[in-house]
Amino acid sequence: MTHDETELGGVSRRGALECMLWAGSAVVWTVSGGVPSSISLAKAATLAEQKPFSFLQLSDSHVGFDKPANPDALGTLREAVARIKSLPTQPSFFIHTGDITHLSKDSQFDDADQVLKELNAPIFYVPGEHDIVDEEPGKAYLARYGKGTKGAGWRSFDENGVHFIGCVNVVDLKAGGLGNLGEAQLAWLADDLRGLSSSTPIVVFAHIPLWTVYPEWGWGTQDSAQALELLKRFGSVTVLNGHIHQVMQKVEGAVTFHTARSTAFPQPAPGTAPSPGPMKTPPGALRTYLGVTELNFVRGGEPLAIVDSALAS
Amino acid sequence: MPQTFMTAKRRSLFPFLLAAALVSPLPAGAAAVSVKIDNFTFNPPELTIAPGDTVTWTNGDDIPHTVVGVDKSFKSKPLDSDDKFSFTFKEPGQYDYFCSIHPHMTGKIIVRTP
Ligand SMILES: [Cu+2]
Repeated sequence: MTHDETELGGVSRRGALECMLWAGSAVVWTVSGGVPSSISLAKAATLAEQKPFSFLQLSDSHVGFDKPANPDALGTLREAVARIKSLPTQPSFFIHTGDITHLSKDSQFDDADQVLKELNAPIFYVPGEHDIVDEEPGKAYLARYGKGTKGAGWRSFDENGVHFIGCVNVVDLKAGGLGNLGEAQLAWLADDLRGLSSSTPIVVFAHIPLWTVYPEWGWGTQDSAQALELLKRFGSVTVLNGHIHQVMQKVEGAVTFHTARSTAFPQPAPGTAPSPGPMKTPPGALRTYLGVTELNFVRGGEPLAIVDSALAS
Repeated sequence: MPQTFMTAKRRSLFPFLLAAALVSPLPAGAAAVSVKIDNFTFNPPELTIAPGDTVTWTNGDDIPHTVVGVDKSFKSKPLDSDDKFSFTFKEPGQYDYFCSIHPHMTGKIIVRTP
């Protein structure tokens, strides 16, 4: 375990991240006044008892995927939903950070909706690149999930004093480029943030990471710096992404970047394979690579706790 | 015609028929060339062909890809594993293309009169 980052609460950031990645265990992060720290699961349980609300992030369901890495992506989504339903406290709502389907087919959206409606709570979606490969890109997605959104499906809403922003960075991608927010969305974002006090906690969610994880594999967003510039006056910003099918976290000033696991199949760590294609796991191990992310807000101490849990440990 | 004769004749014609089947859809002189998609790369990434040649892309990955001309002159549907997409390049020129799902994947077709 390396300790080259600040020790906070007894576990280094890097150390905690390794635990999440390699043991598939639940690790809790809190953000207090913009400073993240890890806390014990026992303390997290106490916090969980007082929390006024929590929400949960699902990502990369890839319904329709049936290749060797996971022959039944709909089945593992169903398992994820069952696990969420068994939580003692149900999240107030859900976000899905894209790649709901594998090929944007109506039947795949139907299957996903059929399983996800079991959650019985609002789900706020942003599209992944796999959700907009229909004939008229994004038509099927927007018909289902576009209500109340602008442009290609971006939106903002407020919940318990937290300002949520769902961004779309998978449309109009340019040859050789990365994810893309585009001028229109950036202008909308500037306008959306204008009236907000800098003490408002912000949660931004989008499919492709809004930080440069690994450009060689397209894991980044080319104009994310412009979005982050607009967000830099805020004291607490949490950025939640998917796309890379593994947990990764980075903290930069008041901004915590976090990527969630997929519920369908894992992808290799950056640069550890010839390509970012679906990663085959040892027999019986798939579910330790799949999972969901729960986020808890606690009033007063105003920490934000991020809990990644795998479908199996 | 006796059955035995038919069988013998068919067998002797088989190599010729196979060759004819491969070239028959193309006009005289036109060639069929292929690009394989493996590990999120177009192989070969750059290809020089003659006007009228047809390029066929085959996706060997277990993730879908697309083949999209930067100038929008050609565009495939999402290609699932082993799906193919063909396009006949009639006009000389340089055609840059990419995968619209994974835009870091790029390739180039150069169409030049030999
Ligand atoms: Cu691709």
